[in-house]
Amino acid sequence: MSVRYALLALLSNGPKFGLRLQQEFEAKTGEVWPLNVGQVYTTLQRLERDGLVASDEDGGDGPQKDFRITAKGHRELTGWLRTPPPGDPPPRDELVIKVLVALQVPGIDVGDVIQAHRKHLVEMMQRYTHVKAEAAANDLGLSLVVDAELFRLEGVVRWLDTADVRLSKRDATPTTSPAVSGTPEPVLERR
Amino acid sequence: MTTMLQMRRVSKVYGSGHTEVNALREVDLVVDRSEMVAVMGPSGSGKSTLLTIAGSLEEATSGDVWVDGADLSMMSADDRARLRRRSIGYVFQDLNLLPGLTATENVSLPLELDGSDSGHAQQTALQALRDLGLADRADHFPDDLSGGEQQRVAIARAMVGSRRLLLADEPSGALDTVNGETVIRLLRDACKRGMAVVVVTHDAQLAAWADRVIFLRDGRMVDHTGPAPGPESLLAGPEQ
Repeated sequence: MSVRYALLALLSNGPKFGLRLQQEFEAKTGEVWPLNVGQVYTTLQRLERDGLVASDEDGGDGPQKDFRITAKGHRELTGWLRTPPPGDPPPRDELVIKVLVALQVPGIDVGDVIQAHRKHLVEMMQRYTHVKAEAAANDLGLSLVVDAELFRLEGVVRWLDTADVRLSKRDATPTTSPAVSGTPEPVLERR
Repeated sequence: MTTMLQMRRVSKVYGSGHTEVNALREVDLVVDRSEMVAVMGPSGSGKSTLLTIAGSLEEATSGDVWVDGADLSMMSADDRARLRRRSIGYVFQDLNLLPGLTATENVSLPLELDGSDSGHAQQTALQALRDLGLADRADHFPDDLSGGEQQRVAIARAMVGSRRLLLADEPSGALDTVNGETVIRLLRDACKRGMAVVVVTHDAQLAAWADRVIFLRDGRMVDHTGPAPGPESLLAGPEQ
């Protein structure tokens, strides 16, 4: 989430001063991302330096100073909305590494390791769902923010479920397991 | 808290000899009024077996099951059937709506089978459908309803009358997330009115609505989530 572009988006429907921007930012993101007002002003100064916003020349430097988006700022914002977020190469996922490492450690029940993480993730999902359940029905911003996190967590749970099933199938197959066959596979070096 | 469902050291074995399958192994479970419990686990972990035994649709091989204080093993088949009609609502994975009956008739059927006057049963069923936002679909047959509407009719049938225990097998079925959420909110509302709800699912998003999630693996209850902590900690993150 970029504060820079969020502020440009909030200014795209009219000039606003810093405190108002902070309040709108928090309201429209379901109050899940608290934003320091100092950070708002720092970001606005950078946006103004880059010519993406302009300030009200009559308002001085006080808290009531209005900022508006420039034509260059509009172009920057619309370009950013259509630009896929960075995702290539995929980040090194600590949970994947933990499960891969668990496969190499004698005496470790990988199913138990998977279950520990599954439980933690489902508990996180319960907390987010509680937020959604208690939210006003028309709080679209909060619903979208919570849904995004729930889908992310669910994706990890589904990966753990799949890993669990793959392990069960492997355990049911009478072949020599790399986990107990001497030299471990250099799985971590491949990434 | 009043306990609505208690299972103690419940096991279920299908077949014998080399075809023997241990579907459940000494499972303990207590579900109170106004509580929603979700049961998660991979295919073949015993989730549906747990639900059918809790609903007295099949008997445990060993162990004890009480529903609303009644010991199922001490009841005759007729008494168990009466308990199912009066106290236990069941939402089947494939819904099991009767295609030749309207939505109202599907919902009123368990009441009529239990001896209710037909007019009274229909009025009660209509109210249950109204509560679930289906008043204008009351005279429609299942085939004329959308998937979400069929699901709600099945839930109305499971809640109608004075049911106190609701058992649901994958109640959001193949619904999309938003419609599935509508269904699970209905189950939460039933909890607020005092029902005990047990939901079997492999869907973590659905399970996350429960007060408690238990995890089955190879017929054993291997883990459960703790008491749901408050959501406050989620609101203090510095992410941007």
